[in-house]
Amino acid sequence: MRLLEAIRMALRMLWAQKLKSFFSLIGVLIGVTFLIAVWSIVAGMNHYMEDRIANRIFGANAFQLRQRPSFSTGNITREEWLSWRRRPRVSVADAQYVAPRIETPVRTAMYCVDRVSISFGGKTARDIDLIGTEPEYFNIRDYAIASGRAFTVQEMRAARPVLVIGDLLAERLFEGVDPLGKRVNVGGIQYRVVGIVEKQGTMFGLSMDKFAIMPYTSQARRLICPINVLDELLVKADNPTSMLVAMNEVEALMRGRRRLKPDQENNFHLQTAEGALEGWNRVSRYLSLGLPLLVGISLVVGGIVIMNIMLMSVTERTREIGIRKALGAKRSDILGQFLVEAATVSTVGAALGIVLGLALAFVVRELSPLPAVVAPISIALGVTLGVLVGIVAGVYPAYRAARLDPIVALGME
Amino acid sequence: MPDCVIQTRELSREYQLGSEHIHALRDVSFAIRRNEYVVIMGPSGSGKSTLLNVIGCLDSPTGGEYWLNGQEVSRMGDLALARVRNREIGFVFQTFNLLPRATALHNVELPLVYGGHSARERRLRATEALARVGLADRMDHRPNELSGGQRQRVAIARALVSRPSILLADEPTGNLDSATSQEIMQVFHRLHADGQTIVLVTHELDIAAHAQRVVTLRDGRIASDERTRSAA
Repeated sequence: MRLLEAIRMALRMLWAQKLKSFFSLIGVLIGVTFLIAVWSIVAGMNHYMEDRIANRIFGANAFQLRQRPSFSTGNITREEWLSWRRRPRVSVADAQYVAPRIETPVRTAMYCVDRVSISFGGKTARDIDLIGTEPEYFNIRDYAIASGRAFTVQEMRAARPVLVIGDLLAERLFEGVDPLGKRVNVGGIQYRVVGIVEKQGTMFGLSMDKFAIMPYTSQARRLICPINVLDELLVKADNPTSMLVAMNEVEALMRGRRRLKPDQENNFHLQTAEGALEGWNRVSRYLSLGLPLLVGISLVVGGIVIMNIMLMSVTERTREIGIRKALGAKRSDILGQFLVEAATVSTVGAALGIVLGLALAFVVRELSPLPAVVAPISIALGVTLGVLVGIVAGVYPAYRAARLDPIVALGME
Repeated sequence: MPDCVIQTRELSREYQLGSEHIHALRDVSFAIRRNEYVVIMGPSGSGKSTLLNVIGCLDSPTGGEYWLNGQEVSRMGDLALARVRNREIGFVFQTFNLLPRATALHNVELPLVYGGHSARERRLRATEALARVGLADRMDHRPNELSGGQRQRVAIARALVSRPSILLADEPTGNLDSATSQEIMQVFHRLHADGQTIVLVTHELDIAAHAQRVVTLRDGRIASDERTRSAA
């Protein structure tokens, strides 16, 4: 009850001197605004990267057997790069050897990709990712078929010229016409469209729907991959643990097949979403190291401002302190009063900072493809820091006030 | 003396003002009985305000003993002094010393806040104290909305609200015109009639005429201590 009353008194004081109060809480306001906004944006980025890269590009719990990494992570020396390029490429025979021998339950798909032009009825779509693969690919990527169907294992074995296209391609080539059953020209070869994949949306503003998928056996594969060679073998497990087991199996199978000695390094690469996320994780780590520094500086400055204004306030209100002491206020009463006042100023600053930070995060979410995710703990931390800064900044002024001699304070000497 | 509220023995108060050594009080020994109405007089610089401040526990003596209700106040620490100021002493100042931003009611409630009373009891007792000084209809006014006399009556209500053993007033009419001064003196008179012990500092003779006893200080010493005719 006493505390509530002291807070109410402090709020009345704050309201009575709006401009002064605003200046005293602006440091904490800025600090907490940073905290909430940056935290929300980084959390949003994390969420986005994990969702988009891990789940959309790779598929959850999936990895790829490749000649070399497709995402560069950190600094790679020229030697490293050259040694990667000298490695043998992953062949169809490698994939056909490894895939059936993985004992962990997994789905696998051979995979090749390159950019090509596809045309229909005088219109041409350029820079389309043409993917040669197996039917399992649709499961690994979690592609839902919006209309038509995926191609079948039979069509793959028979090397049929069938194509499943992405939403953007369907839109560009077939404006208003139903693409199903239409024949399109892929590098001079006629392909029949049998299905359309549901719209995937964008990532970093780039469309995820600019692709066409065909059986890796079909004729246009010579446009995207040398004969008998693959870009990668995709492997998808049911859960993270079995993914790791499967990775070990694939590593052992490949080392055995390529007759690598124990002291020799792998001449192939197993790529996971985690590896691809490493670059982002590094950025995010720097941000999370930099954030406390930024917030810390703002809060220290904010605390110093509050301390100065409280010291001023103690001087201005010397008489009030004298009156209170003459009426029986103990040192602890005066100390408490000024501490609560400082903490209230600072907490109000933190509260405004939270509102402003959330608003900022919201604006970023609305104006950019980055989704800001508000972490409840950041709000709790903001409030806690606010109270704490106020108390720390208030200690010295409150102590000065509490120590005042009543006679001196009342000016009766 | 069982009936004594205040008793001092060779009380002294010294200051160091720059290089000058000032004896504001020198060996003041006197006693005040319950329900006495004492006026302390003396020219300025005679130490009368210092004496009142020491009795009111706003100032500490540098020598001698001071007993209040059988407790030796001169040996008390800060915390105990705060409690004595809160419970045993009601102080009325020349300049009123009300909190400018607080209402009359809130000003009167303040000593009870520090006494740890519940909000309901505070309100009840503060209302009652304001009624006693005739300000029941001015409870929600702030000091700047009240006349000087009304302000001083709020201050008196504040001094009374914790039911102190002794009411101390330092030139309570010093800032008031003579008509209002008479009003305030009537309030003190009534309180005394109700059994309140009062010590009042003044340099005005007509104010002193209200008291039963006049103590005159000169150069920090008691120059005279006279019983006047009992106030009618």
